[in-house]
Amino acid sequence: MQDLDKLLDAALSQVTAAADLASLDQARVQYLGKKGELTQLLKQLGGLSAAERPAAGQAINQAKQALQAALDSRREALESDRLTAELAAGAVDPTLPGRGQHPGGLHPVTRTLERIETIFRGAGFAVHDGPQVEDDFHNFTALNIPEDHPARAMHDTFYFPDGRLLRTHTSPVQIRAMAEAGAPIRLIAPGRVYRCDSDQTHTPMFHQVEGLVIDRGVSFANLKAVLHQFVERFFERQATLRFRPSYFPFTEPSAEVDVLSESGRWLEILGCGMVHPNVLRNVNIDPEEFTGYAFGMGVERLAMLRYGVDDLRLFFDNDLQFLRQFA
Amino acid sequence: MKISEQWLREWVQTDLDTTGIAERLTSLGLEVDSVQALGEGLDGIVVGHVLEVQAHPNADRLSLCRVDGGQDQELQIVCGAANVAAGNRYPLAMIGASLPGGLTIERAEIRDVLSEGMLCSAAELGLAESADGILTLAPDLAPGLPIAEALQLDDAVIDVDLTPNRADCFSMLGVARDLAAGIGAELEVPRVLPVLPVMDESLPISLGDPEACPGFAGRVIRDLNLAAESPVWLKERLRRAGVRPLNPIVDVTNYVMLELGQPMHAYDLDGLSGSITARQARSGESLELLDGRTVELDDDVLVIADDAGPVAMAGIMGGAGSAVGDNTRNIFLESAFFTPASISGRSRRYGLHTDASVRFERGVDPAHQARAIERATALLLEIAGGRPGFVTEVSSEAHLPARHAVSLRRDRLAQVLGVTVPDEVVSDSLTRLDMRVETNGNDWMVTPPPARFDIALEVDLIEEIARIYGYDNIPEATGTMPGTLPVVTESRVSLGRVRAALVAAGYQEAVTWSFGDPELDTAFAGGDAGLALANPISSALAVMRQSLWPGLCQAAERNLARQQDRVRLFETGVRFILQGNELKEETVIAGLAAGAREPEQWDLAGSPVDLFDIKSTLEGLTRLGGEPASFQFHASEHPALRPGRSAQVRRGDEHVGDFGELHPSLVKRLGLPVAPVLFELRAEPLLAAVTPHFEPVSKFPAVRLDLAFVVADEVAVGELMTAIRSAVGKRLTELRVFDLYTGEKVETGSKSVAFGLILQDTSRTLTDEDADSIRQSVVASLSRQFNASIRE
Repeated sequence: MQDLDKLLDAALSQVTAAADLASLDQARVQYLGKKGELTQLLKQLGGLSAAERPAAGQAINQAKQALQAALDSRREALESDRLTAELAAGAVDPTLPGRGQHPGGLHPVTRTLERIETIFRGAGFAVHDGPQVEDDFHNFTALNIPEDHPARAMHDTFYFPDGRLLRTHTSPVQIRAMAEAGAPIRLIAPGRVYRCDSDQTHTPMFHQVEGLVIDRGVSFANLKAVLHQFVERFFERQATLRFRPSYFPFTEPSAEVDVLSESGRWLEILGCGMVHPNVLRNVNIDPEEFTGYAFGMGVERLAMLRYGVDDLRLFFDNDLQFLRQFA
Repeated sequence: MKISEQWLREWVQTDLDTTGIAERLTSLGLEVDSVQALGEGLDGIVVGHVLEVQAHPNADRLSLCRVDGGQDQELQIVCGAANVAAGNRYPLAMIGASLPGGLTIERAEIRDVLSEGMLCSAAELGLAESADGILTLAPDLAPGLPIAEALQLDDAVIDVDLTPNRADCFSMLGVARDLAAGIGAELEVPRVLPVLPVMDESLPISLGDPEACPGFAGRVIRDLNLAAESPVWLKERLRRAGVRPLNPIVDVTNYVMLELGQPMHAYDLDGLSGSITARQARSGESLELLDGRTVELDDDVLVIADDAGPVAMAGIMGGAGSAVGDNTRNIFLESAFFTPASISGRSRRYGLHTDASVRFERGVDPAHQARAIERATALLLEIAGGRPGFVTEVSSEAHLPARHAVSLRRDRLAQVLGVTVPDEVVSDSLTRLDMRVETNGNDWMVTPPPARFDIALEVDLIEEIARIYGYDNIPEATGTMPGTLPVVTESRVSLGRVRAALVAAGYQEAVTWSFGDPELDTAFAGGDAGLALANPISSALAVMRQSLWPGLCQAAERNLARQQDRVRLFETGVRFILQGNELKEETVIAGLAAGAREPEQWDLAGSPVDLFDIKSTLEGLTRLGGEPASFQFHASEHPALRPGRSAQVRRGDEHVGDFGELHPSLVKRLGLPVAPVLFELRAEPLLAAVTPHFEPVSKFPAVRLDLAFVVADEVAVGELMTAIRSAVGKRLTELRVFDLYTGEKVETGSKSVAFGLILQDTSRTLTDEDADSIRQSVVASLSRQFNASIRE
């Protein structure tokens, strides 16, 4: 049995020394294979006496089990080492730039328009659209701006040879909507508008959002509340507003609205007022039954204040280095 | 309109400071644009008395003056002004003084002669925008008196931006009345007493067109003192209102206009003949104007005429023949009411915007004509003496604007404003605004003053009350929510989703002009001309765009020139298509890609973007509506796109849009360093959507069948795909093109296309026999339709 102990020691040390799966397998074959040394010992049991046989058999089996366990554990260790090595070989540098492209972005005017729309939709305003090439009636006459009215001089209008024009405001949309749907109505009309004017602070095309609410019992006090809420939602801060009397032919009383800037200056941000009874009559709404308010705001102006853009013309230059700042 | 604060305070007593007055005016709707304090920064500038003027020894245009500046020593001063004269007093800037323009006066040698100060013009003192020569001061001023004191410069000029409805505020009277009403102060208007005539002379006046001129007052004044000068206070008030003082006659008429809002005109009596009438010009008549121009008068231009013909364009400008000059001793004063309709538009037509025409266009007080004449006479007599005749006033009551009482309902007032204004505030506010207020049960009857052309309706009165009551005093009140919920449809994809998809595909949104260069636009449209503006802002922005591509290409060109080597832009907007006389505004979605397919990266080869990159983006957009199979892509021609690299998108019979590579001639014309690929799709057909409808998911395995066909080169793969789909039917869940080959292994003029068919049945597992029968029907179909042969 001393031979058995020696044999087991030799086998175990050979297993421990095995540096890879091939030499480990070689050790397995050498001891446990069909002609392996331990296998041979078992075969020799037949030469022992019946009294010796059980003890010897048990000893050999125990040695076999010990060796098998050593082999298994070594195999596991070697396989784990091999996996670790493989994984190490397959490692990449995640700090390298990714593949493919990054998303583009929305134009700041669209971004601003979408915010304004979202805010007003939440209060039940529908979003309306209308033609940009308008007729005189919808752009002026129906809005209580008859021919020769001094207010027409306030609008530098682009005309076509046949007398049509590019809308100077999105207010014609409210005329079309009221003529079609009547009252009560609650809408905003975002879109492009045009004035024949171009300098540092004017572009011949810009964007406006017009708002309109017509219902029974609508008052100037309602208008003040809606606009105050809007300005606070839009700028995401508490805001102090100043409503000062002004003049628009299609509203009365009319007001310009200033917001107090963080630096303490009044900034003009929109115009508004109670819809003029003549405008309501022009679309067959009885001004005795219904009253309402309208407001109009310049989208670029709001975007400039919100995002700190200091030059209006940047909006139409489409410089990617500018546009990407609003992704 | 510019207003002197000092003058305003004479009429309205208030404890408010300058800022307070400006804020109150603004809150009344008279928006203050700016407040300019006078007399600041004028230290070291005093009254200088010129004792002697000699020619400068070394310069023709300079003079050498001996000046008393109120100090012990007289000063020697070189002066370049032509109007310098011995005995007169002028503003004198002493050594060390700084002028408002920034110039500091130093002892200087001018052409080798010492100059110890400078005589100044009104412009140099910051009192006027321009000036002819140095400012002549009143002769009684003591030399050395600070100029701020001499000119009563303890004042500020308040510039009010008037809205077009407030014609009545084109005068001190109007502004002061509003301010007094707004702050609850008394309005102290100088009394105008009639000046008794001292002679029995007048010019006969007739109303030749009483509709256009229903009121006219005139007066003759003789023997005015030619040497008289307007007093400093009057000149200063004119100057602060932005009016240049000229001579007492013109100064007084201008002053009365500023004070009462009534434009006046003074004629040289010796330049008139016979009687005076206000009538429409007759065709063929012309008039030499004050400014030297001669204008042909249209027959809708109102003129003032004497027996010989027109002597003035009524309410706009006087004629040269009867102009008041330095030698005018005898005058005829005109103070008329011309209706806004009779003046409006004419001044613009003739390019003559005068202080008078602006006021008449918007409406002057039709009850002020005689008052203005009396006021002007009194002032003129005070300054230049003279003998007044009596005032002739003719009017046509029937044509004068009538002021009707307007009813104001208490309930309506509260309803429109959303606040109950106390009764006494209502009547007090309106009364202070010169309106006659009578109580009528629960309501009021209000008669506005003649000058208030803007008050005709109840709501006009409501606005007046709101202004005086204060917009700030109206509370905020949230209204009730609407009774209907919004329509939210699934039958249309929103433009917002399209934008989001393009943004996700790496496109940056652009906003380009709706109008563009006519030639470029036409070139992109293949020769069709777009809708041209009558008054474009520039020739490069003169026609409404027929496509968004020119604008996007120009934006790309600018970006490529700014070292942006990879440009992807899109825009959603309207294109303007003329169909005969019909104009269609079509909302389209357009995009442009130029440069590398992917941003430069260590693991990518970096090939340029091409048609198929665009196509995959467009395929993405066609999926948004849930019906991608309804779209087809066809090779096609487009005038702006390169032949052989252009295609169109169709949905059923409808043309959705085009895409492809920009035509080489346009690439060159636009100066683009690379050819961009472009797309433009009409939103209308693209965005129509279907509501998803559930189809059961098959529990049975899918099988793949790979088939390669050899077909002629010109056969479109898309048509093969359509044929395969219809041959297989519902079992085909996916169809892939996994290889395209041309080369030596196939016949010349042919190509090999390999398809992967993913097949699945909803009720059972497909067998080999199923696959074989599908294979046979596809082969048969393609062979019949396209002469395709299966490649084993």
